Amino acid sequence: MSTITHAGLAPVREVLANGARVMAKESRTTPAVTIHAAVYSGTVCDPPSQPGVAHFISRTIDRGTTSRSADQIAEELDSRGVSLTPSVNRHALSLVSTCLVEDFESVLSIVADIILNPAFPEAEVQTRRGEIITTIRQDEDNPAAVASEAIMEILYGAAHPYGRRTRGTVESVDTITRSTLQTFHGSWFVPEALSLVIVGDVEPELAVEAASRAFGGWRGGSLPTVTLPIPESSRERRVHLVPMMNKVQADLAYGFTSILRSDPAYYSYWLMNNILGQYSIGGRLGDSIRERQGMAYYVFSSLDANVIPGPLVIRAGVNPANVERAVSSIDGELTRFVAEGPTDRELSESKQYLIGSMPRTLETNIGIANFLQTIEFFGLGLDYDRRVPSLLQALTKEDVHAAARAALDPQRATIVVAGPYAGSLR
Amino acid sequence: MAILAPQSPAATAVHEEVLDNGLRVLIQEVHTAPLASVWCWYRVGSRDEGPGQTGVSHWVEHMNFKGTTNIPRDRVKGIIEQYGGYWNGYTWVDQTTYTETATRDALDHMLFIEAERMTNGLYDPADCESERTVIISELQGGENDPDQLLDQEMTATAIQAHPYRHPTIGWLSDLQTMTREDLYGYYRGFYVPNNATLVIVGDIDTAAALKSAAKQFGGIPSRDVRRHIHTREPEQLGERRVTIRREGTTAYLKIGYHAPAIGSPDFFPMLLLDAVLSGAKGMNLWASFRTPPPQRSARLYQALVNTGVASAVGGALMPTQDPFVYTISVTATEGVPLARVEEVTLGAIEDVRASGLTAHELRKAKNQLRARLVFENDSITNIAHQLGYYETIDSWQIVSSMPERIEAVTLDEVAAVAEQRLQASNRTIGWFDPVS
Repeated sequence: MSTITHAGLAPVREVLANGARVMAKESRTTPAVTIHAAVYSGTVCDPPSQPGVAHFISRTIDRGTTSRSADQIAEELDSRGVSLTPSVNRHALSLVSTCLVEDFESVLSIVADIILNPAFPEAEVQTRRGEIITTIRQDEDNPAAVASEAIMEILYGAAHPYGRRTRGTVESVDTITRSTLQTFHGSWFVPEALSLVIVGDVEPELAVEAASRAFGGWRGGSLPTVTLPIPESSRERRVHLVPMMNKVQADLAYGFTSILRSDPAYYSYWLMNNILGQYSIGGRLGDSIRERQGMAYYVFSSLDANVIPGPLVIRAGVNPANVERAVSSIDGELTRFVAEGPTDRELSESKQYLIGSMPRTLETNIGIANFLQTIEFFGLGLDYDRRVPSLLQALTKEDVHAAARAALDPQRATIVVAGPYAGSLR
Repeated sequence: MAILAPQSPAATAVHEEVLDNGLRVLIQEVHTAPLASVWCWYRVGSRDEGPGQTGVSHWVEHMNFKGTTNIPRDRVKGIIEQYGGYWNGYTWVDQTTYTETATRDALDHMLFIEAERMTNGLYDPADCESERTVIISELQGGENDPDQLLDQEMTATAIQAHPYRHPTIGWLSDLQTMTREDLYGYYRGFYVPNNATLVIVGDIDTAAALKSAAKQFGGIPSRDVRRHIHTREPEQLGERRVTIRREGTTAYLKIGYHAPAIGSPDFFPMLLLDAVLSGAKGMNLWASFRTPPPQRSARLYQALVNTGVASAVGGALMPTQDPFVYTISVTATEGVPLARVEEVTLGAIEDVRASGLTAHELRKAKNQLRARLVFENDSITNIAHQLGYYETIDSWQIVSSMPERIEAVTLDEVAAVAEQRLQASNRTIGWFDPVS
């Protein structure tokens, strides 16, 4: 039964004649299938003067095609109990759907119709614009969202595709029209941009055949390139305060730019980040700030090594009276990590945890689908799940220590505080 | 009996056993991944808290991660992690629960942790103090969200007598004043085997798992359980309103109706009614957070979101032991006045009260729920959650009967609950009206 740990996932992968990529993995846990279609047209593809187009696409793409109205799509999906969830991140727009196995082919053909032939009806564009603006306004009143967006803007610059707001601004969203969406779709939605993953109670060969029927006839140009400037890492400590005096609690974001996902040092960074702000309840940071000092309900760090050096950001929600103490505790933990590196016990515990958690990560259809999309996006190889243990086991204390020295200098940190705080943090 | 669909040969029927000390043990083998999941449930939640002690159940939950006689404070983290595992807990109105999921060879460790937690908690005074501020931080983080603030106010207005009225996190002043003795006394009063259910699901052997459970828990004596609070919420005599005017950017509307408890014959008709109004969520509070409901063709979505009046709408019928509140939550589109949002929402509700549902709508809602029941059982953690959750508020047998009970609901039954439950005198309307 332990196919996952022994034989590995071993998904079937095929590139269709038009360049579209398909991966399939059979899993018979439930009589259901998860379809995860990613199109590499994320928010980094937004026109520089018009942030928010890719997000706007994600809110309108499933609202009518050339042959189905929005209501027809809704009815076809709802009547099968299927929710189709469009989402967008910096690099991909995704449509994710779980359906009963008997509905698989019908749902896949709807997904294909939505990706290939969206109509962006004028009335839908207007209605969804109102929703998007409401969401942007909600974010503006949410200290956690404000802190997260502000630190990206400072780390990468307001004009950088990583520094822009992913949903755009009220002003930019106001300028997006039906024709903006059609133009974006025309240039970025091409077969080469598609990575389709199918996981569930269907044989991989049949899944690939179904994908070929749904997407094989799609023709399109080649995928445009987007220039992502390499960010300069900060040479100094920067503090930015966003007073939101109507709030009760302040949100901190404390971070750096990190490294490429393809950098050989990635695995050292992964382990270092786990020890710093993930392991158990928030690693060393959780131990200090939550467990020993009782200052925060949540504190953690996250690493997003990507096609350019992505962010490594520590987040915490604290009482405004504790902002300075929390930041100074983070400074202290980083300084200690840089000076001393990990302990033997931390190194072995985090390795064991990350390796041991693979079967859990790969238990559900959606877990497997997300994992396969990551493999495809970064070109990690179909045996990646089997290679993870040796990649992690090979790391030494010195590897992790070197990652900490390179990444975690408090004197070069960028710090944002959003919330009812207007003090003199430095 | 099987929770998974019949075509899944990997799952056995649920095995139920009550140990001599009253601990109920539920075991199900599911051999789809080399994992095991344990949930230990206690019949104690914010419903058991009186004035001055609100939030104590949740605080006790936090303290139960702070070391025991045989698991020193600094060894709490790491046991489950060494098996790639995950652990957590939650507290709500009727229940407090603790869980671990890890590779199957960790099962004995999970059971050891739960047995320790049942009886040997340390409650170190310094840890109680430090956790006080962590929980206040949790409360204040929640208050940053106007939607959550409105939910708390609306619920406290809709429910007047039953302790379901106060938030599970507690009122701030109680969190500031409770003592270590309050926490420890509460813990001793409710954490006894005869007030608990232990659930084990995964790639395990039933007989071996039962033996391990008996070994870890069998020596814990049963004791009298501290008295639960019993109050019956009186009938609401007229519509109530609450309006929060605070600085903010976005307006929110919440309408709460007194809802049927899980044991009421009205519960499943109400579940179908909610599915038609706002899309089917399913029956698993642990799993349902993850996927939004299929709701594009639902009545309230059509009336509010597709017309641009609202940017989001949701309905929540929670399975609870006593009658709780059925909540409809609406986020107003920027620029649309709350009065208009309320008018459209109530209009759609009056429509369903006046004319009921169509057969097509009922069929669709049933299909949705049938699919959700499959989707929400996609992991051993979720399967185990369901058994313990329903045993704690009523009986785990509800889980296996859900498909039939959903299928059996008739148009007339839904029309009757709509007519009776959604009437004006049974509702509380809450506004978050932002001032800039």
